[in-house]
Amino acid sequence: MAGTLIYAEVQKGEIKKGAFEITSKAKEFGGEVAACIIGKGAEALAPQLAKYGADKIYVVDGPEFENYVPEAFVQAFVQVANTVQPTVILTSASAQGKDFTPAVAARLNVGAVSDCVELKKEGDKVIAKRPMYAGKAYALVEAVGTPQVISVRPNALGFKEIAGAGAVEKVAVNLDASKIKVQVKAVEVAATTEPDQTEAEIIVSGGRGMKGPENFKMLEDLAKLFGPTATTGASRAAVDAGWRAHSYQVGQTGKTVSPNLYIACGISGAIQHLAGMGTSKVIVAINKDPEAPIFTKADYGVVDDLFNVVPALIEEIKKIKG
Amino acid sequence: MNTVVCLKQVPDTETLIKVAGTSIATEGIKWVINPYDEFAVEEAIRQKEKMNAGKVTIVSLGPDRAIESIRTALAMGADDAVHINDGAYYDTADPYATAQVLAAAIKGLTYDAVFLGKQAIDDDAGQVPAFLGELLGLPVVTQVIKFEVSADKKTATVTREIEGGQMVVEVPLPAVFSAQKGLNEPRYASLPGIMKAKKKPVDVKNAGALGVSAGPMTVIKEMSLPPARQAGKIITGDDAKAKAAALAKALHEEVKII
Repeated sequence: MAGTLIYAEVQKGEIKKGAFEITSKAKEFGGEVAACIIGKGAEALAPQLAKYGADKIYVVDGPEFENYVPEAFVQAFVQVANTVQPTVILTSASAQGKDFTPAVAARLNVGAVSDCVELKKEGDKVIAKRPMYAGKAYALVEAVGTPQVISVRPNALGFKEIAGAGAVEKVAVNLDASKIKVQVKAVEVAATTEPDQTEAEIIVSGGRGMKGPENFKMLEDLAKLFGPTATTGASRAAVDAGWRAHSYQVGQTGKTVSPNLYIACGISGAIQHLAGMGTSKVIVAINKDPEAPIFTKADYGVVDDLFNVVPALIEEIKKIKG
Repeated sequence: MNTVVCLKQVPDTETLIKVAGTSIATEGIKWVINPYDEFAVEEAIRQKEKMNAGKVTIVSLGPDRAIESIRTALAMGADDAVHINDGAYYDTADPYATAQVLAAAIKGLTYDAVFLGKQAIDDDAGQVPAFLGELLGLPVVTQVIKFEVSADKKTATVTREIEGGQMVVEVPLPAVFSAQKGLNEPRYASLPGIMKAKKKPVDVKNAGALGVSAGPMTVIKEMSLPPARQAGKIITGDDAKAKAAALAKALHEEVKII
């Protein structure tokens, strides 16, 4: 089949937005768009993919797919891929996708292109644009094998509604249990509804200038005002000082992010941090040092003490929102 | 416990990247151990120290310069190394090709675990752990932030970072583990360590000697720098409150985000 197979990731009982992004991109490429959705309760979610262009939706549902375990999910997906025989496989470069995608490519014995931000079709092949060096450079990459396995950074492509045929087929998977050696003992997921930094639309981030862990509360308060698509982040200095968990770190040894709005509070703007957030659509910097390198990248700079600016900003935004 | 640690030498995080053809200009770059691989080296040494037994072997694909990073890992406490010094292979190697030579080098060794970073901070692909697992026929646990081995050294209990939290898994050894930041705090090499490292054995090979001819499965067609970002406007005002009000207004009226 000269078509695309996408992997639709399920988290907390919902299809992730990234899945819709890659589905509508696949539809744009032409050819048949097949989707594979795996998870306990996935069957009920499957029809949503038709709205974004899926012509055929393969469902792998069952209690053994409650938690993501790479081997079981890879086996199930590869079974579907062997049926579909796509020329392109698209996945989302989410936290799970970063584990899943190379494992799928390895099982299919082809290369993979990770974390792409733009895709274009040239003849039968997809050429992908991806950041390297945490965004200090971009490469145009072609996967030479078939299928081409490509993961796409969440939020990078956007999506539109284009209806696909949406035929749903439930797949019975024959798992080779002898290869499933990783056993899940416990899963602890914070009750927070905050999106992951890589998928957030707004990030309020703090650096060394925050002076201590307790002061991040005001950044959380500010983020909350922007609604459920906002979260907080931190610089390496703040993480290395132990003020924030590493999962908050933005930059070359943390997450590379591309939100609509990035508010940097007390962050000087080391090169490895700027690489990680330089593609944000709008950057605001609040720092009392007018020489801080962050101001050379910021669309809006406020040179003042963040401990005065941030609380005042919270009040002003509340006023605007009424 | 015997461990193998895969290590890649990469440009330091402070490096300003310049493009040269379909790669980067390498003049003036300060080369370091990939930070995530450094966590892997540290963890392997800690496990050896904890059990007071075993050996840590470094395996690295890289040109001549990579020996400096290999020696650094040996100075930290690793015991010996395999350096796949093959400039021609390295220059075009993608994660697929890299994993082929690493796996070929590892296959001849005795080990209970393979450690490596979750990704190298140069190409940021994060694929080698999965490919290695497949080629070695071993389970892979990625994004490891805590690692413990059972007394009989037959299983490992591992905490890995997942979206919004953590997952604890148990896996039989041998297995492949990719290190995430938070696993440990890597040590600095001591002076006696640096002296000792000079005498530790490094087995130098090329891809051909390992019987590997697999080429890359991905090709870089073009490399470019991101569009330069211009400084915007500095918001002025009499005091912090006035500046905050002007910023809120701009976010509301210009950015239209509030």
